[in-house]
Formats: sequence, structure tokens, C-alpha cells
Amino acid sequence: MCSLQTILDNIELQVLTDPLEYSEIEIQSGYTSDLLSCVMTGAKADGVWVTLIANINIVAVASLLDIPAIIITENAQPDAATIARANREGIVLLSTPVGSYQIVGRLWELGIKD
Amino acid sequence: MSDQAAVSDNNAGMITRVEELGYELKVGQVMTTDVVTFSPETTILEALDVIKQHRISGAPVTVDGKLVGIISMEDLIRALRDGRIDRSVSNYMSKDLITVKAMEKVVDALKIFAKTKVGRLPVVDENDKLVGLLTKGDITNGLLNALQRDYQAEEIIRYRASHLFEDIESDRTSLILRYRIIKDDFVHGGAASNNIKRALLRLGANRQIARKCGIAVYEAEMNLIIHTNNGGFLRVEIEPHKITIEAYDDGPGIEDVEKALTPGYSTATDSIREKGFGAGMGLVNIRSCVDEMNIKSSKESGTNLYMTMYLDKTES
Repeated sequence: MCSLQTILDNIELQVLTDPLEYSEIEIQSGYTSDLLSCVMTGAKADGVWVTLIANINIVAVASLLDIPAIIITENAQPDAATIARANREGIVLLSTPVGSYQIVGRLWELGIKD
Repeated sequence: MSDQAAVSDNNAGMITRVEELGYELKVGQVMTTDVVTFSPETTILEALDVIKQHRISGAPVTVDGKLVGIISMEDLIRALRDGRIDRSVSNYMSKDLITVKAMEKVVDALKIFAKTKVGRLPVVDENDKLVGLLTKGDITNGLLNALQRDYQAEEIIRYRASHLFEDIESDRTSLILRYRIIKDDFVHGGAASNNIKRALLRLGANRQIARKCGIAVYEAEMNLIIHTNNGGFLRVEIEPHKITIEAYDDGPGIEDVEKALTPGYSTATDSIREKGFGAGMGLVNIRSCVDEMNIKSSKESGTNLYMTMYLDKTES
């Protein structure tokens, strides 16, 4: 478990959404999948979700599951409507050129093993 | 990470509200009206006695209710140093007065306090009659009371929502939420389920129940968006002891319901899969979230999906 600020300090991620107080967002677990229905069953609340899907549906799923942050991998780019909706829901969208496998590895090293 | 004590979102909201209240509240709402006053003839000795007795640090001086001066502890000390305790307050009071009106905003009074060194502001009407006295402490108390009233109002709203069912008497009380779901409207996909989840939380359901219901409704909602001919409807009925969810459409119907319930079985196209759907887990997820699930489907009349969640009495 660590704060989103710690993740941002240690993994190079581009923040796509409006700034929030990242040190107050505690990330308790992680999940990765590119199938929304699997995320629905597998992802826990207050966790970070790693995916290469960048469309607006990821925000709806994250909001439903109380997921505070999504890391979008392999440079997949969400459109403006997706970012706007994430801002409305208070969900942090992060982007990286590297793949989900590497990102999950880095999160694991930071102690997110749940 | 920044070590500086950053203002959190919560604090920011609070500060904004206090600032707003500074503009909303009027001096007349926070001032002290029960004011100790002196007449110009009151002696310094008498004034000292009264001030000590009331534990105040100064008082306005009036003639027939009209403000003529203000005497502070410093003025009285000056008189003591001069050894003139038998003189009247009119000799030592300050006549150069800064006053405020009852209708002025609290924020304007705060500006005066910030700009000048006065500790109290006499509040007067149009005819310079004294109507009250304002200190910084009065403003702080006024703001705190107003915040407390805000908080209580919010609590009442929450209480009313979560006791909705207890307050209404009928043989069977329920709240029905209806949503029309449009075919291929991926942009609004999840809006209905999110709204339903929020409504449940507002009604006092616990997070786990609200989340499970949200997931079940989301899957049903996406099925309507992806698989129907013309979209469909969601109907959620919330009762004190159970939630009933219905999703219905007018086609094309599920060819083999048994197969559709097999984990991983999907009829989704590649373009749907690219969006992250079509895992073949939708109905499977629904079944794991709700207590009862029932599907009726035919090519002629489309698909009707019924879901029921039972609520523990302590949770509803």
C-alpha cells in the first residue's frame, strides 16, 4: 500500500487529469485487465487499474468500483470527453509509453502486492 | 512529495464556505446587542468597576442612545496614570469613531479590523443610534454558528433520505427508477448504473450492496447498448428489504440462453472487443452479484432480464 504521490515519484507517468492532492490518495491494491467485465469482478475498491483501454467506458467502470486511478499503457490516448468525465468523477488518468507488464512490475516493487 | 502542509480538497471546500459566509452574513446577525454603555458623565472609577464586573475591555459612550464616543481599557489606563479617576469618561474617550451599519456584510467589517487597530466596532443606525457592538470574537462565533447550521441542514437531508422508507407509511412502499438506454451509446454507458449506485448510497445502503447492484446494472446496461436492435429500458425498484432490477429490450433475443450463461461465451464483434467489452462474463457477473436472476428471451419479444437483491434489515 502506498500513496498515489509515491507512485508518481517513482514511475514516470504523465498525468492527464486535473491535479489533485495525490499524497492523500491511498492505493491499497492493483489490478490489470483489458476486459471490463473482468475488472468488474476482479478489481477492488481503492486500487489502481492498469489497462491499455483508453475509451470513456473505463471511467464509468472505475467510478462504479471506486477506483481512484487508472494507468493507461502503451501510449493509448483517451479523448477529451474521457478526460473531462474523469475530472468530473475525480478519477486520476495516467499515461505511459511502456506496457502493462512493466508497469505492474514497478507497482509490485513499490509494495502494491494485493 | 511536498512537505508543506498543503490544503486538502476538504479544507479548500471549508475555506470557500467560510468566505461565502463572510459575504452572506450581515453585521446585524453576529453583533452583540446587549451592550454595556456609559454616559459621558460616568467617572473613570465607575467605568473601571463596570468593566471589571462585566469582563469587557471597553464600551461605547452614548447620550440618549446616540453614539458619542468609545472608551477602551487603554484610555482608562491613561486616566489612571494621570491620577484622574474622578474625571468623567468624556475627557478620555476617543471621539474619532469608526462605525459599521447592521446591514453591512461581515466581510466589510473584517476589512476594517484588518486595516485599523480597533478591537471593537460600534454598530449604528442611520441616525447614529447605537444598535450593537461588534468584535472579532463575535464574527468568529457567528461564522461557526452558521457553519454548524449548514452542517445540521446537510445532516437532516441525509437523515431524511436514509429514513425515507420509515417515514412513509403504506402497505408497500417502493422507489422506482427508470432509465432509457440507447443502442450504441457507449459515451453514456455506465451513467444509469452510476446514478443507481448513488441513489442507493443516499438511501443508506452499505457500500458493498451499492457496488454489487452497480455492477449488475452496469452489465445489463452495456448489454442493452451492445446487443440490442433499438436499445431498451432499465427499471430498478428499491424496497426496504429488496432491490428488483429489470432490463428489457425488443430484440433480437438471445439464441441460446444456456450458452450465454457460460463464462467466456461471447457473440461480440471485434470492434466491441476493442472497446473492452465482449469478455463473455456479463451475465456471469450479474449472477454473482445478485441473489436471483431470471432471463426470458425470444426472437419475437426480445429479452427480459430480472434480477433481485435481498437487503438485510440492518443494511437498508
